[in-house]
Amino acid sequence: MTDNYIILPIIAHLAIAVLLIFFWRKVQIQRYISVLGSLLVLGLSIGLFIKTWHAGYLTMQAGNWQAPFGITFVSDVFSSTMVLLAGIAGLAVCIFSTVGISRHRIQYGYFPIFHFLLLGLNGAFLTGDIFNLYVWFEVIIISSFVLMTLGGKKPQIEGGIKYVTLNLLASVMFLTAVAILYGLTGSLNMADLSLKMAEIDNRGLVNVTGLLFFLGFGIKSAVFPLYFWLPSSYHTPPSAIAAIFGGLLTKVGVYALLRVFTLIFIPDEFTSTVLMAVATLTLLTGAFGAVIKRNMRMMFSYLIVCHIGYLIGGLGMYTPLALAGVIFYLIHDIIVKTNLFLVSGIIYKIRGTMNMDKLGGLYADYPKLSFLMAIVFFSLVGIPPLSGFWPKIYLFREGLATPHAWYLVVAMIIASFVTLYVIAKMWADVFWKDKPAEEANVEDDFAPMKRYHRALLVVPVIMLAIISLYVGFCAEHIATLSQRIAADLKDTAPYIKAVLGREIVKP
Amino acid sequence: MELLLIILIGILYATGIYMMLRRSMVKLLIGLILLGNGANMLIFLLGGITKGKPPIIGEGEKILSGLYADPIPQSLILTAIVISFGLQSFAIVLLKRVYVLIQTDDLNDLNTPDTDI
Repeated sequence: MTDNYIILPIIAHLAIAVLLIFFWRKVQIQRYISVLGSLLVLGLSIGLFIKTWHAGYLTMQAGNWQAPFGITFVSDVFSSTMVLLAGIAGLAVCIFSTVGISRHRIQYGYFPIFHFLLLGLNGAFLTGDIFNLYVWFEVIIISSFVLMTLGGKKPQIEGGIKYVTLNLLASVMFLTAVAILYGLTGSLNMADLSLKMAEIDNRGLVNVTGLLFFLGFGIKSAVFPLYFWLPSSYHTPPSAIAAIFGGLLTKVGVYALLRVFTLIFIPDEFTSTVLMAVATLTLLTGAFGAVIKRNMRMMFSYLIVCHIGYLIGGLGMYTPLALAGVIFYLIHDIIVKTNLFLVSGIIYKIRGTMNMDKLGGLYADYPKLSFLMAIVFFSLVGIPPLSGFWPKIYLFREGLATPHAWYLVVAMIIASFVTLYVIAKMWADVFWKDKPAEEANVEDDFAPMKRYHRALLVVPVIMLAIISLYVGFCAEHIATLSQRIAADLKDTAPYIKAVLGREIVKP
Repeated sequence: MELLLIILIGILYATGIYMMLRRSMVKLLIGLILLGNGANMLIFLLGGITKGKPPIIGEGEKILSGLYADPIPQSLILTAIVISFGLQSFAIVLLKRVYVLIQTDDLNDLNTPDTDI
């Protein structure tokens, strides 16, 4: 069904960003516009989700150029879910940043860039054209470069160099893959590519192209041998920025992997094995990296890497239930990881450090806040019936049912236990342990803040925690959603039909 | 023509990656630029090279006829060039900033040990 509504979540962010530029240096007005704008986009995303849920597929041909010649925007249930999640995470981080980001950074254009980043994310989720996806990725990375280095402190700049280099390399890999794809098929529309790739006889070249895409997206989503940039850069920017990066940026890589590997390159035995092996190593290295880190935010960065392994592993198994598990995990992960970094921001505000050796006694000082944070941590670990538990059931079950996937299951179980161990250790260190004596006279920046300002920091955490609880306790709804998305990903014929507008006879 | 381009692209990729593996930040940047140019040439090559047949509709005709060059790769390359231009100028400013802050061009000196911020 053709519907121009699809473009609204993208256009809205663009309009807000442009509007914000007009209010350059007017900090207070920028805060209001940004929060109201994020609310508006969340409303539009909910509208898009409801429309798409009823219609199945919405398409829009840019400039009315018929597919496969023009750029197509497609919203299926998967894209609209991702747009909705980006809207939720965007709103939470936006509210948090009104207080969490210093006046100095806002004056240098934090809010416009933030909306450009979300613009890129929404565009990447909604496009149906592989070169257009590249362009959206560039919009995302250039905005993230600016956010990463905004403020220009020494650790930030150092992290920025690694982040910029690896992301530029990933873009070049992606562009190389697109070039080969265009050379092979003469098309850029993903639905059209799906049909044309199936007819190509030179499977070797197809596999190589697939692996180039895996390399490009793998760097962005931080899988095993390509993840080193993430833990050395994500702990450097302020928590609000780290939250939007940790929650959404690696996941957009996973989204692109899921799209490309279900639509264009159907994993054969070789690709499946590569994906599962990479997932196993990602799970193990991420988990063990988290164990040795004493800086809370660095530890969380390693946990991001670790949990990407579940997503890649599920894609490697490539059964409908495994894909449903991946989608469920993706929904859970975006909400929880965003919240995790927001929580770390509040802790930093209270104690002025992220080093676990110097933290302590938080439970004695802030019992209610600690309880709220406990919900986030337990959701992350996946203690039943909280949100991290359900997708793992899918993944374990399919892992046991798939032949030669035992190593992946072992890695998943180890990663789960290590996550539990890491979080328990952190809980004991940060919340239960007495405050170290030499830190006794460190000033608490949180308590003297105005009540209203404190609320602005805590409300987003509460909001995301409630959504986490919803994902956990009403898991049936999310399971229905994930199974529908997984079915869509497995059976691509309706997608292709919706984009190309004609019946497709698959060879 | 094709063979020449293939060799050129190979050289661009190889030198780009070699430069990136050096420890100097300026060489890192040069490596990235070379790689980006290699990717652009690759699009040009794989789009198929047609000599002397521009995709222009002749006078008195309604549609393109006969063999003509594919205009898409050029628009792709143009987009990619503009994007890489923006990214590279950002990277240059970033490197300059690093040099001002840290007073070195050596990537190995970038790792300030695990400090708090």
